[in-house]
Amino acid sequence: MALTLEQVRHVATLSRLSLTPQEEERYATQLSAVLDAVAELEALDISQVEPTSHATLASSLLREDVLRPSLPPEAGLANAPAKVGTAFAVPKILE
Amino acid sequence: MSSLTDLSMLELAAKLASREVSSVEATQASLQRIAQVDPKVRAFLRVDEPGALKSAEASDARRKAGSPLSALDGVPVGLKDIFLTEGVETTCASRVLEGFVPPYDATVVRLLKEAGLPLVGKLNMDEFAMGSSNESSAYFPTHNPWDLTRTPGGSSGGSAAAVAAREVFGALGTDTGGSIRQPAALTNTVGLKPTYGRVSRYGVIAFASSLDQPGPMARTVGDTAALFQLIARHDPLDSTSADVETPDCLTGLEDGVRGLKLGVPREYFAEGMDPEVAGTLRASLEELEKLGATLVDVSLPHTKYALATYYLLASSEASSNLARYDGIRYGQRAKDARGLKELYTQTRGQGFGAEVKRRIMLGTYALSAGYYDAYYLRAQKVRTLIREDFTKVFQQVDAIVSPTSPVPAFKLGAKVDDPLSMYLMDVYTLPCNLAGLPGLSVPCGFTQAGLPIGMQLLGRPFDEARLLRIARAFEREHDFFRRAAPV
Repeated sequence: MALTLEQVRHVATLSRLSLTPQEEERYATQLSAVLDAVAELEALDISQVEPTSHATLASSLLREDVLRPSLPPEAGLANAPAKVGTAFAVPKILE
Repeated sequence: MSSLTDLSMLELAAKLASREVSSVEATQASLQRIAQVDPKVRAFLRVDEPGALKSAEASDARRKAGSPLSALDGVPVGLKDIFLTEGVETTCASRVLEGFVPPYDATVVRLLKEAGLPLVGKLNMDEFAMGSSNESSAYFPTHNPWDLTRTPGGSSGGSAAAVAAREVFGALGTDTGGSIRQPAALTNTVGLKPTYGRVSRYGVIAFASSLDQPGPMARTVGDTAALFQLIARHDPLDSTSADVETPDCLTGLEDGVRGLKLGVPREYFAEGMDPEVAGTLRASLEELEKLGATLVDVSLPHTKYALATYYLLASSEASSNLARYDGIRYGQRAKDARGLKELYTQTRGQGFGAEVKRRIMLGTYALSAGYYDAYYLRAQKVRTLIREDFTKVFQQVDAIVSPTSPVPAFKLGAKVDDPLSMYLMDVYTLPCNLAGLPGLSVPCGFTQAGLPIGMQLLGRPFDEARLLRIARAFEREHDFFRRAAPV
Protein backbone atom coordinates (compact mmCIF):
# COMPACT_ATOMS: atom_id res chain seq x y z
CA MET A 1 0.00 0.00 0.00
CA ALA A 2 1.49 3.32 -1.08
CA LEU A 3 1.26 6.19 1.38
CA THR A 4 0.76 9.67 -0.06
CA LEU A 5 2.75 12.63 1.21
CA GLU A 6 -0.48 13.96 2.63
CA GLN A 7 -0.99 10.79 4.67
CA VAL A 8 2.59 10.96 5.92
CA ARG A 9 2.01 14.55 7.04
CA HIS A 10 -1.20 13.52 8.79
CA VAL A 11 0.56 10.70 10.67
CA ALA A 12 3.41 13.07 11.56
CA THR A 13 0.88 15.51 13.01
CA LEU A 14 -0.73 12.73 15.06
CA SER A 15 2.75 11.66 16.20
CA ARG A 16 3.73 15.24 17.10
CA LEU A 17 6.80 15.02 14.88
CA SER A 18 8.08 17.88 12.77
CA LEU A 19 9.53 16.44 9.56
CA THR A 20 11.63 18.04 6.85
CA PRO A 21 10.36 17.71 3.25
CA GLN A 22 13.16 15.17 2.64
CA GLU A 23 12.01 13.12 5.63
CA GLU A 24 8.41 13.20 4.37
CA GLU A 25 9.57 11.78 1.03
CA ARG A 26 11.75 9.13 2.65
CA TYR A 27 9.07 7.97 5.09
CA ALA A 28 6.46 7.82 2.33
CA THR A 29 8.69 5.35 0.47
CA GLN A 30 9.87 3.36 3.49
CA LEU A 31 6.54 3.13 5.28
CA SER A 32 4.86 2.06 2.05
CA ALA A 33 7.37 -0.77 1.73
CA VAL A 34 6.81 -1.85 5.33
CA LEU A 35 3.03 -1.74 4.90
CA ASP A 36 3.35 -3.86 1.75
CA ALA A 37 5.39 -6.38 3.71
CA VAL A 38 2.90 -6.60 6.59
CA ALA A 39 -0.01 -7.04 4.19
CA GLU A 40 0.80 -10.77 4.19
CA LEU A 41 -1.18 -10.99 7.44
CA GLU A 42 -4.34 -10.52 5.35
CA ALA A 43 -3.88 -14.07 4.06
CA LEU A 44 -4.82 -15.55 7.44
CA ASP A 45 -8.37 -16.30 8.51
CA ILE A 46 -8.53 -14.75 11.97
CA SER A 47 -12.32 -14.46 12.29
CA GLN A 48 -12.43 -17.02 15.12
CA VAL A 49 -9.22 -15.93 16.89
CA GLU A 50 -9.06 -13.95 20.12
CA PRO A 51 -6.42 -11.19 20.25
CA THR A 52 -3.42 -11.52 22.58
CA SER A 53 -2.48 -8.16 24.03
CA HIS A 54 -0.03 -9.59 26.51
CA ALA A 55 2.06 -12.75 26.70
CA THR A 56 1.23 -13.49 30.31
CA LEU A 57 -2.46 -12.58 30.12
CA ALA A 58 -2.24 -11.28 33.68
CA SER A 59 -5.37 -9.72 35.12
CA SER A 60 -5.18 -6.29 36.69
CA LEU A 61 -3.31 -6.15 39.96
CA LEU A 62 -4.52 -4.04 42.84
CA ARG A 63 -2.63 -2.94 45.89
CA GLU A 64 -3.65 -1.44 49.19
CA ASP A 65 -4.44 2.26 48.86
CA VAL A 66 -1.91 3.44 51.40
CA LEU A 67 0.26 6.52 51.53
CA ARG A 68 3.88 5.85 50.55
CA PRO A 69 6.87 8.13 50.13
CA SER A 70 7.42 9.33 46.55
CA LEU A 71 10.05 11.46 44.83
CA PRO A 72 10.51 14.84 46.52
CA PRO A 73 9.53 17.77 44.24
CA GLU A 74 13.13 18.93 43.79
CA ALA A 75 14.15 15.45 42.53
CA GLY A 76 11.13 15.34 40.21
CA LEU A 77 12.01 18.77 38.81
CA ALA A 78 15.77 18.23 38.67
CA ASN A 79 15.72 17.26 34.97
CA ALA A 80 13.21 19.88 33.81
CA PRO A 81 14.42 21.89 30.80
CA ALA A 82 12.58 24.91 32.28
CA LYS A 83 10.88 25.42 35.64
CA VAL A 84 9.27 28.12 37.72
CA GLY A 85 9.30 27.51 41.47
CA THR A 86 7.98 23.99 41.97
CA ALA A 87 6.36 23.77 38.51
CA PHE A 88 7.43 22.76 34.99
CA ALA A 89 7.43 25.83 32.74
CA VAL A 90 5.72 25.61 29.32
CA PRO A 91 4.87 28.23 26.70
CA LYS A 92 1.67 30.16 27.26
CA ILE A 93 -1.38 28.40 25.83
CA LEU A 94 -3.93 31.14 26.59
CA GLU A 95 -3.54 34.78 25.67
CA MET B 1 45.27 -17.28 31.90
CA SER B 2 47.07 -14.31 30.53
CA SER B 3 45.17 -11.63 32.35
CA LEU B 4 42.64 -11.00 35.07
CA THR B 5 40.04 -9.83 32.57
CA ASP B 6 40.16 -13.24 30.81
CA LEU B 7 38.56 -14.87 33.85
CA SER B 8 34.89 -15.80 33.78
CA MET B 9 32.66 -14.21 36.44
CA LEU B 10 32.57 -17.43 38.46
CA GLU B 11 36.36 -17.89 38.18
CA LEU B 12 36.87 -14.33 39.39
CA ALA B 13 34.33 -14.88 42.18
CA ALA B 14 36.35 -17.91 43.36
CA LYS B 15 39.57 -15.85 43.39
CA LEU B 16 37.79 -13.06 45.27
CA ALA B 17 36.51 -15.60 47.79
CA SER B 18 40.00 -17.04 48.34
CA ARG B 19 41.37 -13.48 48.62
CA GLU B 20 43.82 -14.17 45.81
CA VAL B 21 42.47 -11.09 44.03
CA SER B 22 40.63 -8.04 45.34
CA SER B 23 37.60 -6.41 43.78
CA VAL B 24 39.58 -3.19 43.41
CA GLU B 25 42.20 -5.09 41.38
CA ALA B 26 39.53 -6.68 39.20
CA THR B 27 37.79 -3.35 38.68
CA GLN B 28 41.07 -1.61 37.85
CA ALA B 29 41.87 -4.39 35.37
CA SER B 30 38.48 -3.83 33.77
CA LEU B 31 39.03 -0.05 33.62
CA GLN B 32 42.50 -0.53 32.11
CA ARG B 33 41.12 -2.92 29.51
CA ILE B 34 38.47 -0.31 28.63
CA ALA B 35 41.15 2.38 28.27
CA GLN B 36 43.12 0.02 26.04
CA VAL B 37 40.44 -1.32 23.66
CA ASP B 38 37.37 0.89 23.88
CA PRO B 39 38.76 3.58 21.57
CA LYS B 40 38.47 0.84 18.91
CA VAL B 41 35.37 -1.05 20.10
CA ARG B 42 33.37 1.95 21.37
CA ALA B 43 31.08 -0.08 23.58
CA PHE B 44 30.76 2.50 26.35
CA LEU B 45 28.68 5.67 26.30
CA ARG B 46 30.14 6.56 29.69
CA VAL B 47 32.43 4.93 32.21
CA ASP B 48 31.80 5.55 35.90
CA GLU B 49 35.32 5.05 37.21
CA PRO B 50 34.87 6.70 40.64
CA GLY B 51 31.55 4.92 41.25
CA ALA B 52 32.95 1.52 40.22
CA LEU B 53 36.08 1.87 42.37
CA LYS B 54 34.11 3.05 45.39
CA SER B 55 31.83 0.06 45.05
CA ALA B 56 34.85 -2.28 44.66
CA GLU B 57 36.45 -0.86 47.81
CA ALA B 58 33.23 -1.45 49.72
CA SER B 59 33.16 -5.03 48.41
CA ASP B 60 36.73 -5.65 49.59
CA ALA B 61 35.86 -4.23 53.00
CA ARG B 62 32.88 -6.61 53.28
CA ARG B 63 35.08 -9.50 52.22
CA LYS B 64 37.59 -8.59 54.88
CA ALA B 65 34.83 -8.48 57.47
CA GLY B 66 33.64 -11.91 56.27
CA SER B 67 30.26 -10.69 55.00
CA PRO B 68 30.06 -10.76 51.18
CA LEU B 69 26.56 -9.94 49.92
CA SER B 70 26.28 -12.57 47.16
CA ALA B 71 28.21 -15.17 45.16
CA LEU B 72 29.22 -12.42 42.71
CA ASP B 73 30.06 -9.69 45.25
CA GLY B 74 32.92 -7.66 43.78
CA VAL B 75 32.61 -8.80 40.14
CA PRO B 76 32.47 -5.72 37.85
CA VAL B 77 29.71 -5.57 35.23
CA GLY B 78 28.31 -3.10 32.68
CA LEU B 79 24.78 -1.91 31.98
CA LYS B 80 23.01 -1.13 28.74
CA ASP B 81 22.11 2.57 28.80
CA ILE B 82 18.42 1.66 28.95
CA PHE B 83 18.58 1.01 32.71
CA LEU B 84 18.00 3.98 35.02
CA THR B 85 20.98 4.57 37.30
CA GLU B 86 20.59 7.07 40.13
CA GLY B 87 22.99 9.97 39.67
CA VAL B 88 24.52 8.62 36.43
CA GLU B 89 23.39 10.08 33.08
CA THR B 90 21.09 7.73 31.15
CA THR B 91 20.20 8.53 27.55
CA CYS B 92 18.99 5.29 25.92
CA ALA B 93 21.46 6.38 23.21
CA SER B 94 19.07 9.19 22.21
CA ARG B 95 19.63 12.93 21.84
CA VAL B 96 16.18 13.52 23.27
CA LEU B 97 17.37 12.26 26.69
CA GLU B 98 20.78 13.91 26.61
CA GLY B 99 21.66 15.20 30.08
CA PHE B 100 19.01 13.13 31.85
CA VAL B 101 20.22 12.06 35.31
CA PRO B 102 17.73 9.62 36.85
CA PRO B 103 16.64 10.29 40.43
CA TYR B 104 16.30 6.54 41.16
CA ASP B 105 17.63 3.11 40.17
CA ALA B 106 15.89 0.51 38.03
CA THR B 107 14.98 -2.53 40.16
CA VAL B 108 17.63 -4.69 38.46
CA VAL B 109 20.26 -2.00 39.11
CA ARG B 110 19.24 -1.93 42.77
CA LEU B 111 19.48 -5.73 42.90
CA LEU B 112 23.01 -5.70 41.42
CA LYS B 113 24.05 -3.02 43.91
CA GLU B 114 22.54 -5.01 46.77
CA ALA B 115 24.51 -8.05 45.57
CA GLY B 116 27.71 -5.99 45.66
CA LEU B 117 28.64 -5.85 41.96
CA PRO B 118 30.61 -2.75 40.89
CA LEU B 119 28.84 -1.08 37.93
CA VAL B 120 31.53 0.06 35.53
CA GLY B 121 29.46 2.17 33.15
CA LYS B 122 26.69 2.58 30.62
CA LEU B 123 26.85 0.70 27.34
CA ASN B 124 25.94 1.82 23.85
CA MET B 125 22.80 0.53 22.13
CA ASP B 126 20.44 1.27 19.29
CA GLU B 127 18.40 4.38 20.11
CA PHE B 128 15.52 3.33 22.39
CA ALA B 129 16.54 -0.30 21.62
CA MET B 130 15.25 0.01 18.05
CA GLY B 131 17.70 -1.64 15.72
CA SER B 132 19.74 -4.76 15.10
CA SER B 133 23.21 -3.33 14.52
CA ASN B 134 23.87 -0.53 17.05
CA GLU B 135 24.05 1.92 14.17
CA SER B 136 20.92 3.75 15.23
CA SER B 137 22.66 4.98 18.39
CA ALA B 138 22.56 8.79 18.29
CA TYR B 139 26.20 8.89 19.38
CA PHE B 140 28.34 6.39 17.46
CA PRO B 141 28.18 2.79 16.28
CA THR B 142 29.82 0.08 18.37
CA HIS B 143 32.28 -2.19 16.54
CA ASN B 144 32.41 -5.97 16.72
CA PRO B 145 35.58 -7.01 18.60
CA TRP B 146 35.91 -10.02 16.25
CA ASP B 147 36.14 -7.73 13.20
CA LEU B 148 36.08 -3.98 13.78
CA THR B 149 34.56 -3.30 10.35
CA ARG B 150 31.44 -5.23 11.38
CA THR B 151 28.48 -4.64 13.67
CA PRO B 152 28.21 -6.41 17.05
CA GLY B 153 24.45 -6.69 16.46
CA GLY B 154 21.80 -4.91 18.43
CA SER B 155 20.17 -3.45 20.21
CA SER B 156 22.29 -4.62 23.18
CA GLY B 157 25.39 -4.46 20.94
CA GLY B 158 27.40 -2.37 23.42
CA SER B 159 26.76 -4.94 26.16
CA ALA B 160 27.75 -7.83 23.87
CA ALA B 161 30.87 -6.08 22.55
CA ALA B 162 32.05 -5.07 26.04
CA VAL B 163 31.69 -8.64 27.30
CA ALA B 164 33.33 -10.13 24.18
CA ALA B 165 36.21 -7.63 24.29
CA ARG B 166 36.74 -8.50 27.99
CA GLU B 167 36.10 -4.94 29.09
CA VAL B 168 33.62 -6.21 31.66
CA PHE B 169 32.98 -9.69 33.06
CA GLY B 170 29.25 -9.59 32.34
CA ALA B 171 26.51 -7.14 31.43
CA LEU B 172 22.78 -6.60 31.37
CA GLY B 173 20.84 -6.07 28.17
CA THR B 174 17.20 -6.00 27.16
CA ASP B 175 15.45 -8.11 24.55
CA THR B 176 12.29 -6.95 22.75
CA GLY B 177 12.68 -8.92 19.52
CA GLY B 178 16.08 -10.55 19.97
CA SER B 179 18.18 -7.67 21.28
CA ILE B 180 20.08 -9.85 23.77
CA ARG B 181 20.33 -13.08 21.76
CA GLN B 182 21.27 -11.70 18.33
CA PRO B 183 24.26 -9.60 19.55
CA ALA B 184 25.32 -12.52 21.78
CA ALA B 185 25.38 -14.76 18.69
CA LEU B 186 27.38 -12.22 16.70
CA THR B 187 30.04 -11.79 19.41
CA ASN B 188 30.63 -15.34 20.78
CA THR B 189 28.87 -14.60 24.06
CA VAL B 190 25.95 -16.14 25.93
CA GLY B 191 22.72 -14.16 26.21
CA LEU B 192 19.52 -15.08 28.02
CA LYS B 193 16.14 -13.48 27.36
CA PRO B 194 14.09 -14.60 30.36
CA THR B 195 10.38 -15.43 30.37
CA TYR B 196 8.29 -12.27 30.09
CA GLY B 197 7.65 -11.09 33.67
CA ARG B 198 10.58 -12.97 35.19
CA VAL B 199 12.80 -9.88 35.52
CA SER B 200 11.37 -6.52 36.57
CA ARG B 201 11.01 -3.78 33.96
CA TYR B 202 10.72 -1.05 36.61
CA GLY B 203 13.20 1.67 35.70
CA VAL B 204 13.92 0.13 32.31
CA ILE B 205 13.16 2.69 29.61
CA ALA B 206 10.14 1.31 27.77
CA PHE B 207 10.13 0.41 24.06
CA ALA B 208 7.35 -2.18 23.61
CA SER B 209 5.98 -2.98 27.04
CA SER B 210 4.37 -6.33 26.24
CA LEU B 211 7.63 -7.65 24.74
CA ASP B 212 10.58 -6.00 26.57
CA GLN B 213 12.52 -8.16 29.00
CA PRO B 214 15.90 -7.50 30.69
CA GLY B 215 18.44 -10.30 30.89
CA PRO B 216 22.07 -11.28 31.46
CA MET B 217 24.93 -11.46 28.94
CA ALA B 218 28.22 -13.15 29.78
CA ARG B 219 31.03 -15.27 28.37
CA THR B 220 29.96 -18.61 29.86
CA VAL B 221 26.70 -20.37 30.58
CA GLY B 222 27.57 -20.60 34.28
CA ASP B 223 28.13 -16.84 34.49
CA THR B 224 24.84 -16.22 32.69
CA ALA B 225 23.03 -18.46 35.18
CA ALA B 226 24.67 -16.77 38.18
CA LEU B 227 23.84 -13.27 36.94
CA PHE B 228 20.28 -14.30 36.03
CA GLN B 229 19.67 -15.57 39.56
CA LEU B 230 20.52 -12.18 40.99
CA ILE B 231 17.95 -10.31 38.91
CA ALA B 232 15.05 -12.81 38.64
CA ARG B 233 12.81 -11.48 41.39
CA HIS B 234 9.17 -10.61 41.77
CA ASP B 235 8.80 -6.82 41.93
CA PRO B 236 5.66 -5.16 43.27
CA LEU B 237 6.70 -1.97 41.42
CA ASP B 238 6.10 -3.71 38.04
CA SER B 239 2.51 -4.85 37.59
CA THR B 240 3.59 -7.37 34.94
CA SER B 241 6.27 -8.91 37.17
CA ALA B 242 5.53 -12.60 37.73
CA ASP B 243 5.10 -13.66 41.34
CA VAL B 244 7.17 -16.83 41.04
CA GLU B 245 10.12 -18.15 42.99
CA THR B 246 13.67 -17.24 41.95
CA PRO B 247 14.96 -20.29 40.10
CA ASP B 248 18.02 -22.28 41.11
CA CYS B 249 19.83 -22.55 37.78
CA LEU B 250 23.24 -23.59 39.12
CA THR B 251 22.46 -26.82 40.98
CA GLY B 252 21.44 -28.91 37.97
CA LEU B 253 23.59 -27.05 35.46
CA GLU B 254 25.93 -29.98 34.79
CA ASP B 255 23.16 -32.60 34.44
CA GLY B 256 23.48 -32.87 30.65
CA VAL B 257 20.88 -33.46 27.95
CA ARG B 258 20.43 -37.23 28.15
CA GLY B 259 16.75 -38.08 27.74
CA LEU B 260 15.68 -34.60 26.66
CA LYS B 261 13.57 -34.11 23.53
CA LEU B 262 14.68 -31.16 21.44
CA GLY B 263 12.41 -29.79 18.73
CA VAL B 264 13.94 -28.66 15.45
CA PRO B 265 11.40 -26.38 13.76
CA ARG B 266 11.55 -26.83 9.99
CA GLU B 267 10.46 -23.20 9.43
CA TYR B 268 13.66 -22.00 11.18
CA PHE B 269 15.91 -23.67 8.64
CA ALA B 270 14.51 -21.86 5.66
CA GLU B 271 15.90 -20.08 2.65
CA GLY B 272 18.01 -17.00 3.23
CA MET B 273 20.19 -18.56 5.88
CA ASP B 274 23.92 -18.21 5.42
CA PRO B 275 25.28 -21.64 4.37
CA GLU B 276 28.02 -21.57 7.01
CA VAL B 277 25.44 -20.80 9.71
CA ALA B 278 23.22 -23.61 8.45
CA GLY B 279 26.13 -26.10 8.31
CA THR B 280 27.35 -25.22 11.81
CA LEU B 281 23.85 -25.56 13.20
CA ARG B 282 23.38 -28.99 11.61
CA ALA B 283 26.68 -30.13 13.15
CA SER B 284 25.64 -28.74 16.54
CA LEU B 285 22.35 -30.62 16.39
CA GLU B 286 24.24 -33.86 15.70
CA GLU B 287 26.42 -33.16 18.71
CA LEU B 288 23.42 -32.67 20.97
CA GLU B 289 22.13 -36.00 19.69
CA LYS B 290 25.46 -37.67 20.51
CA LEU B 291 25.24 -36.18 24.00
CA GLY B 292 21.99 -38.10 24.51
CA ALA B 293 19.22 -35.75 23.38
CA THR B 294 16.52 -36.88 20.97
CA LEU B 295 15.87 -34.55 18.05
CA VAL B 296 12.25 -34.17 16.98
CA ASP B 297 11.18 -32.59 13.71
CA VAL B 298 8.50 -30.02 14.63
CA SER B 299 6.53 -27.32 12.86
CA LEU B 300 5.64 -23.78 13.94
CA PRO B 301 3.41 -23.01 10.96
CA HIS B 302 2.81 -19.31 11.67
CA THR B 303 6.50 -18.43 11.88
CA LYS B 304 6.45 -16.59 8.58
CA TYR B 305 3.91 -14.13 9.97
CA ALA B 306 5.91 -13.32 13.10
CA LEU B 307 8.01 -10.56 11.56
CA ALA B 308 5.03 -8.55 10.32
CA THR B 309 3.16 -9.14 13.57
CA TYR B 310 6.15 -8.06 15.62
CA TYR B 311 6.79 -4.83 13.74
CA LEU B 312 3.16 -3.77 13.94
CA LEU B 313 2.82 -4.51 17.65
CA ALA B 314 6.25 -3.25 18.73
CA SER B 315 5.87 -0.04 16.74
CA SER B 316 2.35 0.55 18.06
CA GLU B 317 3.50 0.14 21.65
CA ALA B 318 6.55 2.31 20.96
CA SER B 319 4.46 5.12 19.49
CA SER B 320 2.49 5.19 22.73
CA ASN B 321 5.47 4.76 25.11
CA LEU B 322 7.55 7.45 23.38
CA ALA B 323 4.79 10.05 23.69
CA ARG B 324 6.40 11.00 27.03
CA TYR B 325 9.38 12.63 25.30
CA ASP B 326 7.81 16.02 24.80
CA GLY B 327 10.48 18.35 26.18
CA ILE B 328 8.49 19.27 29.27
CA ARG B 329 9.72 17.19 32.22
CA TYR B 330 13.14 15.87 31.24
CA GLY B 331 15.65 15.65 28.43
CA GLN B 332 16.10 18.13 25.62
CA ARG B 333 13.68 20.89 24.62
CA ALA B 334 13.68 22.59 21.22
CA LYS B 335 14.77 26.20 21.37
CA ASP B 336 12.79 28.98 19.70
CA ALA B 337 9.54 27.02 19.42
CA ARG B 338 6.46 29.20 19.19
CA GLY B 339 3.65 27.77 21.28
CA LEU B 340 3.14 24.43 22.96
CA LYS B 341 2.38 22.31 19.90
CA GLU B 342 5.46 23.53 18.11
CA LEU B 343 7.48 22.83 21.25
CA TYR B 344 6.32 19.21 21.11
CA THR B 345 6.79 18.65 17.39
CA GLN B 346 10.17 20.35 17.19
CA THR B 347 11.54 18.73 20.35
CA ARG B 348 10.56 15.32 18.98
CA GLY B 349 11.54 16.08 15.40
CA GLN B 350 15.01 17.20 16.46
CA GLY B 351 15.48 14.74 19.32
CA PHE B 352 14.63 11.39 17.72
CA GLY B 353 16.74 9.60 15.13
CA ALA B 354 15.53 8.15 11.82
CA GLU B 355 14.70 4.63 13.03
CA VAL B 356 12.77 5.86 16.06
CA LYS B 357 10.73 8.28 13.97
CA ARG B 358 10.03 5.53 11.42
CA ARG B 359 8.64 3.23 14.11
CA ILE B 360 6.62 5.97 15.83
CA MET B 361 5.07 6.79 12.44
CA LEU B 362 4.33 3.13 11.67
CA GLY B 363 2.81 2.60 15.11
CA THR B 364 0.73 5.77 14.97
CA TYR B 365 -0.56 4.73 11.56
CA ALA B 366 -1.40 1.20 12.74
CA LEU B 367 -3.35 2.59 15.70
CA SER B 368 -5.07 5.43 13.86
CA ALA B 369 -8.79 5.67 13.12
CA GLY B 370 -9.76 3.46 10.20
CA TYR B 371 -6.61 1.31 10.34
CA TYR B 372 -6.71 -0.12 13.86
CA ASP B 373 -8.67 -3.25 12.93
CA ALA B 374 -6.69 -3.85 9.75
CA TYR B 375 -3.28 -3.60 11.41
CA TYR B 376 -3.09 -3.53 15.21
CA LEU B 377 -6.02 -5.79 16.06
CA ARG B 378 -5.15 -8.21 13.27
CA ALA B 379 -1.58 -8.44 14.51
CA GLN B 380 -2.79 -9.18 18.04
CA LYS B 381 -4.86 -12.04 16.67
CA VAL B 382 -1.97 -13.46 14.69
CA ARG B 383 0.05 -13.23 17.90
CA THR B 384 -2.45 -15.67 19.41
CA LEU B 385 -1.80 -18.13 16.55
CA ILE B 386 1.96 -17.85 17.06
CA ARG B 387 1.60 -18.49 20.80
CA GLU B 388 -0.59 -21.51 20.12
CA ASP B 389 2.05 -22.95 17.76
CA PHE B 390 4.56 -22.95 20.62
CA THR B 391 2.08 -24.34 23.15
CA LYS B 392 1.42 -27.31 20.87
CA VAL B 393 5.09 -27.99 20.17
CA PHE B 394 5.98 -27.85 23.87
CA GLN B 395 3.54 -30.71 24.48
CA GLN B 396 5.97 -32.87 22.46
CA VAL B 397 9.42 -31.49 23.28
CA ASP B 398 11.39 -30.04 26.21
CA ALA B 399 13.02 -27.23 24.23
CA ILE B 400 13.43 -25.91 20.70
CA VAL B 401 16.79 -25.51 18.94
CA SER B 402 17.43 -23.12 16.03
CA PRO B 403 19.96 -20.66 14.69
CA THR B 404 19.95 -17.32 16.55
CA SER B 405 20.71 -15.10 13.54
CA PRO B 406 20.38 -16.07 9.87
CA VAL B 407 23.79 -14.54 9.10
CA PRO B 408 27.03 -13.83 10.98
CA ALA B 409 28.01 -10.23 11.82
CA PHE B 410 27.56 -8.00 8.77
CA LYS B 411 29.56 -4.94 7.76
CA LEU B 412 28.74 -1.62 9.40
CA GLY B 413 26.71 0.43 6.96
CA ALA B 414 25.57 -2.57 4.90
CA LYS B 415 21.89 -2.44 5.84
CA VAL B 416 21.41 1.01 7.31
CA ASP B 417 19.27 2.37 4.48
CA ASP B 418 17.17 -0.74 4.06
CA PRO B 419 14.86 -1.16 7.06
CA LEU B 420 13.22 -4.34 5.75
CA SER B 421 16.53 -6.10 5.29
CA MET B 422 17.59 -5.01 8.79
CA TYR B 423 14.32 -6.29 10.26
CA LEU B 424 15.04 -9.74 8.79
CA MET B 425 17.95 -10.07 11.22
CA ASP B 426 15.38 -10.73 13.94
CA VAL B 427 13.42 -13.39 12.09
CA TYR B 428 14.42 -16.31 14.36
CA THR B 429 14.42 -14.44 17.65
CA LEU B 430 11.20 -12.45 17.73
CA PRO B 431 8.55 -15.20 17.80
CA CYS B 432 9.81 -16.00 21.31
CA ASN B 433 9.05 -12.44 22.46
CA LEU B 434 5.57 -12.52 20.96
CA ALA B 435 4.87 -15.69 22.96
CA GLY B 436 6.62 -14.43 26.12
CA LEU B 437 8.93 -17.48 26.26
CA PRO B 438 12.51 -17.71 27.51
CA GLY B 439 15.26 -17.85 24.86
CA LEU B 440 19.01 -18.27 25.05
CA SER B 441 21.85 -17.92 22.56
CA VAL B 442 25.03 -19.94 23.09
CA PRO B 443 28.17 -19.89 20.90
CA CYS B 444 28.27 -22.89 18.55
CA GLY B 445 31.14 -22.19 16.17
CA PHE B 446 32.88 -19.81 13.80
CA THR B 447 32.79 -19.13 10.09
CA GLN B 448 35.94 -19.67 8.05
CA ALA B 449 36.56 -15.94 8.29
CA GLY B 450 36.50 -16.23 12.09
CA LEU B 451 33.07 -14.74 12.79
CA PRO B 452 31.05 -16.22 15.67
CA ILE B 453 27.86 -18.25 15.15
CA GLY B 454 25.16 -18.71 17.80
CA MET B 455 22.65 -21.43 18.55
CA GLN B 456 19.28 -20.46 19.99
CA LEU B 457 17.34 -22.49 22.57
CA LEU B 458 13.69 -21.69 23.29
CA GLY B 459 11.79 -23.09 26.27
CA ARG B 460 8.48 -23.31 28.09
CA PRO B 461 7.57 -20.33 30.28
CA PHE B 462 9.82 -20.09 33.37
CA ASP B 463 11.99 -23.00 32.17
CA GLU B 464 15.25 -20.99 31.99
CA ALA B 465 17.10 -23.54 34.14
CA ARG B 466 16.61 -26.24 31.50
CA LEU B 467 17.80 -23.96 28.67
CA LEU B 468 20.94 -23.15 30.66
CA ARG B 469 21.50 -26.87 31.32
CA ILE B 470 21.27 -27.71 27.60
CA ALA B 471 23.57 -24.82 26.71
CA ARG B 472 26.04 -25.95 29.36
CA ALA B 473 26.08 -29.54 28.05
CA PHE B 474 27.00 -28.13 24.64
CA GLU B 475 29.52 -25.62 25.99
CA ARG B 476 31.32 -28.36 27.96
CA GLU B 477 32.32 -29.99 24.65
CA HIS B 478 33.96 -26.82 23.29
CA ASP B 479 36.43 -24.10 24.10
CA PHE B 480 34.66 -21.31 22.24
CA PHE B 481 34.34 -19.23 25.39
CA ARG B 482 38.11 -19.40 25.95
CA ARG B 483 38.77 -17.85 22.54
CA ALA B 484 39.43 -14.16 22.86
CA ALA B 485 38.35 -11.66 20.24
CA PRO B 486 41.39 -10.35 18.33
CA VAL B 487 41.02 -6.78 19.52
